[in-house]
Amino acid sequence: MLKISGLNSFYGRAHILFDLALEANKGEVVVLLGRNGAGKSTTMKSIIGLVQPSAGSIEFEGKSIERQSPYRIARAGLGYVPEERRIFTDLTVMENLEVGRQPSRDGAPTWTPERLFDLFPNLGRMKDRPGGRMSGGEQQMLTIARTLMGNPRLILLDEPSEGLAPVIVEQMANTIRELKREGLAVLLSEQNLHFSEMVADRAYIVEKGRIRYSGSMADLMRDTEVRAAFLQV
Amino acid sequence: MSVLTVSGLSKSFGGVQAVQDVSFSVSAGELLALIGPNGAGKTTCFNMLNGQLPADAGSVRLGEQSLVGMAPRDIWRLGVGRTFQITATFNSMTVRENVQMALLSHNRGLMRFWKPANLQYRDEAMALLDRVGMTDQAERACGILAYGDLKRVELAVALANNPRLLLMDEPTAGMAPGERLALMELTAKLARAGNIAVLFTEHDMDVVFAHADRIIVLNRGKLIAEGQPAAVRADPEVQKVYLGSGAVFAEAH
Amino acid sequence: MLANIVIQFMNGLAGASSLFLVAAGLSIIFGVSRIVNFAHGSLYMLGIYLAYTFVEFFGRGSILGFWGAVLFGALSVGVIGAVIEIAVLRRIYRAPELFQLLATFALVLIIKDVALYIWGAEDLLGPRAPGLRGAVEILGKRFPQYDLVLIVIGPVVLGLLWLLLNRTRWGTLVRAATQDREMVGALGVNQAWLFTSVFFLGAFLAGLGGAVQLPREPAQLMLDVTTISDAFVIVVVGGMGSIGGAFVAALLIAQIKAFCIGIGDVTVFGIVFSFSKLTLVVEFIVMAIVLVVRPWGLLGKPQGSQRGASTVEPLMLPLNKGFWAITVGLLLALTALPLVGDDFLLVLFIDIAIFAVFAAALHFLMGPAGMVSFGHAAYFGLGCYGAALLFLKLKWPMELALIGSPIVAGIGALVFGWFCVRLSGVYLAMLTLAFAQIAWSVVFQWDAFTGGSNGLIGIWPSAWAKDKTIFYLLAMAICAGCVILLWRVVHAPFGYVLRAGRDSPLRVDAIGIDLRRFQWYGFALAGAVTGLAGGLYTFSKGSISPETLAIPRSVDGLVMVLLGGVQTLTGPVVGAALFTWLQDEIARNTEYWRAILGFTVLAIVLAFPAGVAGFAKIAWTRMRARPEAGGQAA
Repeated sequence: MLKISGLNSFYGRAHILFDLALEANKGEVVVLLGRNGAGKSTTMKSIIGLVQPSAGSIEFEGKSIERQSPYRIARAGLGYVPEERRIFTDLTVMENLEVGRQPSRDGAPTWTPERLFDLFPNLGRMKDRPGGRMSGGEQQMLTIARTLMGNPRLILLDEPSEGLAPVIVEQMANTIRELKREGLAVLLSEQNLHFSEMVADRAYIVEKGRIRYSGSMADLMRDTEVRAAFLQV
Repeated sequence: MSVLTVSGLSKSFGGVQAVQDVSFSVSAGELLALIGPNGAGKTTCFNMLNGQLPADAGSVRLGEQSLVGMAPRDIWRLGVGRTFQITATFNSMTVRENVQMALLSHNRGLMRFWKPANLQYRDEAMALLDRVGMTDQAERACGILAYGDLKRVELAVALANNPRLLLMDEPTAGMAPGERLALMELTAKLARAGNIAVLFTEHDMDVVFAHADRIIVLNRGKLIAEGQPAAVRADPEVQKVYLGSGAVFAEAH
Repeated sequence: MLANIVIQFMNGLAGASSLFLVAAGLSIIFGVSRIVNFAHGSLYMLGIYLAYTFVEFFGRGSILGFWGAVLFGALSVGVIGAVIEIAVLRRIYRAPELFQLLATFALVLIIKDVALYIWGAEDLLGPRAPGLRGAVEILGKRFPQYDLVLIVIGPVVLGLLWLLLNRTRWGTLVRAATQDREMVGALGVNQAWLFTSVFFLGAFLAGLGGAVQLPREPAQLMLDVTTISDAFVIVVVGGMGSIGGAFVAALLIAQIKAFCIGIGDVTVFGIVFSFSKLTLVVEFIVMAIVLVVRPWGLLGKPQGSQRGASTVEPLMLPLNKGFWAITVGLLLALTALPLVGDDFLLVLFIDIAIFAVFAAALHFLMGPAGMVSFGHAAYFGLGCYGAALLFLKLKWPMELALIGSPIVAGIGALVFGWFCVRLSGVYLAMLTLAFAQIAWSVVFQWDAFTGGSNGLIGIWPSAWAKDKTIFYLLAMAICAGCVILLWRVVHAPFGYVLRAGRDSPLRVDAIGIDLRRFQWYGFALAGAVTGLAGGLYTFSKGSISPETLAIPRSVDGLVMVLLGGVQTLTGPVVGAALFTWLQDEIARNTEYWRAILGFTVLAIVLAFPAGVAGFAKIAWTRMRARPEAGGQAA
């Protein structure tokens, strides 16, 4: 579904990604693990077009997207949930969802505000509340719901568990499993290994802009050597 | 001996009680973790301690000195160091210059117009960077530093005025699991060596249970639990509102 | 009495409508693009001119013709705005904020000359609105019918805008983009289209504001600058990005102006106090008061920096031996200039030296200290007038008057700066503009003391310095001293505090620094140095006029700094030299020097988004060393 190869990206003048390659398939949850600054976020931003890769190819559903602008990539069925949430704090929950709304698409679940409120019951109770007056956990739910309004086939989740209470992180894991059941592919970046273990099928470890490990999540959890080498746990 | 004593601290915003009658204290050399759900009032509480927000009621004392109504910069001069949830450093300066700024301020040498700043307090700055393990990156710009390293810079800056108390707002946010534990280990070591009291907020329970001497739990503006890590962890109410099943953090160390 | 008050109130309401339209457009454009559009006043001016042309075309007499002309005028301006967005601004959304400002300055210059070319320099008065030529009687006083229509237009447009922004998908997207345009794009919204439509709407409102004024005021070439400063004041008083705030502010200011005119001259204890003259500054006084009491404007909110538009300030390196060697070498070369150059060249270089100081001091505030001043000419002018008045009124010799000029300007900067450092960002910039305008109008109106619009003449150097070569060397010495002083201060602890305050005010506070005090002194230092440049300028020209502290002079300074590059210390000096030379060169050869200057600036902006010196620096670092490698960003 998503196939990246030879990806190189710069952030300002700093070279961040070096010949990065990865894949995500339909109905799969794939996690990018690695320390902060390893290049996980830059990978996400390169896929959605917020960072222009200097070389390499990104194919989504067989089409090359690496030279496209973010809105075209999003309209191709790629959803992006940034780290730090970036919800529109002046807009209400309903208006935030409206910004994300795109026409429904073949081969992807179609979302409406009502369906999203089933998935995130909290949001349904605060439809007219401005985003700025919500707690961190609620904002995190909203930012995912907003992206789902675009009816994506694949969703990029950048550090969804960051800064959330453990009990909310558990809810987040349930949400991701729910999305997988709906048939969405998920590519997430994470620091929290426990959380990743709960949701991911496969894992990549990124270090200094290069993929250093790839394999199934279960294998990674068994491989104490790799974990110690790259994740210090 | 208690370094920071907070009692009856309260604050409301537009009729909503954000922090309600919160009392606790931190002793020298002790690491006290403040945890609780998102929106429980941790940040509000923190901002009242460091002078960013005026409290509606209650008292905050550093030793015998009341901090109520003081500006953040005056609180710093009394020996309160701070690190921020999102690092706040001078990005157009090198790591060493960042520490030099704190030293210049501590020594009241800022109102000078001629001699280059980066020639002053070099050795002292390097000594502080040595304590946090950052000497090899001293000449790099803060703007291009890895996040975990920025956190260390903040720690060195916070140590520049020989603090009695460190206030750390989510010190390990945005760091890799291994780095998190390493940073708090370093903090604990420095705190014990320098007899510094540390109050920190944190969402990573691995970090909290590994390094906090004591934990206080805030929910909807009120303290709902206080005590040793094991006791707090076993508290059913804390499990319900905050910890959950425990699936997303490690087993007890 | 009551009738008078009612009529003045109605006048105020009528005056408020156009102001509101222009300010609303400016506010919407700023909200989404974060571009402070200096050319917005020019769009207003085009609105009047175009409406005039359309009226002539459709026929002056017909009602349909008149309102058709108003509508077509406004629509044409809307299209012009969209074209500007597509052709120029779209290419620089990722450039630093100040650079975008420079591009819109360039547009001001170009539009002014285009208007001069098409419509000529004469004022053009449009017809009165057909069918609304008469007056109605209110409490026994006559009130023009057309003004009643104007009174209605403001609230109607406010209502329509509210519906558009709050009840349509387009409006929701606009409000979202105001907060985080990058995220809006990542959610599948075509930003390019959204931005163009916002510019169309904003320009349309400016054009409409102009077009409806056709029966009330003549179309003329000065409207761009006067309108933009009015519109800035209203947007700032109302609160950046708040349409409702703009409406309230427009009403408030129009009312106060109307009452000042209505009151006229009042004699208190035998002193004639002219309220009507106060109209020139009253809005700026209102703005200064509002900003000090409510720093984000009446209905505004603190401006978070918008996501997806930030730039990281680069590392500032210490001044090394090589740098000083080049500086000294250059100065020695300049000392030899009189051996090869004629007097004209010397005069040009004196100008360059003076403006290099002006630009370096402005840069000191804008760059390292992060405080953008839109009214830096105030301190230049204070220095000019300080020196001139000390020389003429107190009969001080040149040497003493030159010492006095930075003191006068420094005191002025201390007073103005006390207010300014309470604000930051665009608000600070606007307040500096307000103070410059106040200083200007005091000088302009105080005939007895400052010579009013005629200025002061006969201020010549002492006998020993009369020779052009000597004066040139004197000017060079003083200017080089000033620039070097500023460079040293930037690298001294004091300058580091200012830079630290720009990078992270939160951290500055957390390490025990009273930033505001440092910023205040920094303001005064920059003002004093600029004042010295002003003093030199006075003695080099022998005469001065209020133009020395007018808005265009402030704008010149900004252009110099931005041209040279705000991120380098040498930038402002390079920019001043380039600008002064260009202006001299072009002005001698064509009537349309502004447009040529504007196009040059635009070309530079589009080609070197880091400024000329900044570009050279980047090229240099790329040439000699590879930038730091390794993965360092998230």
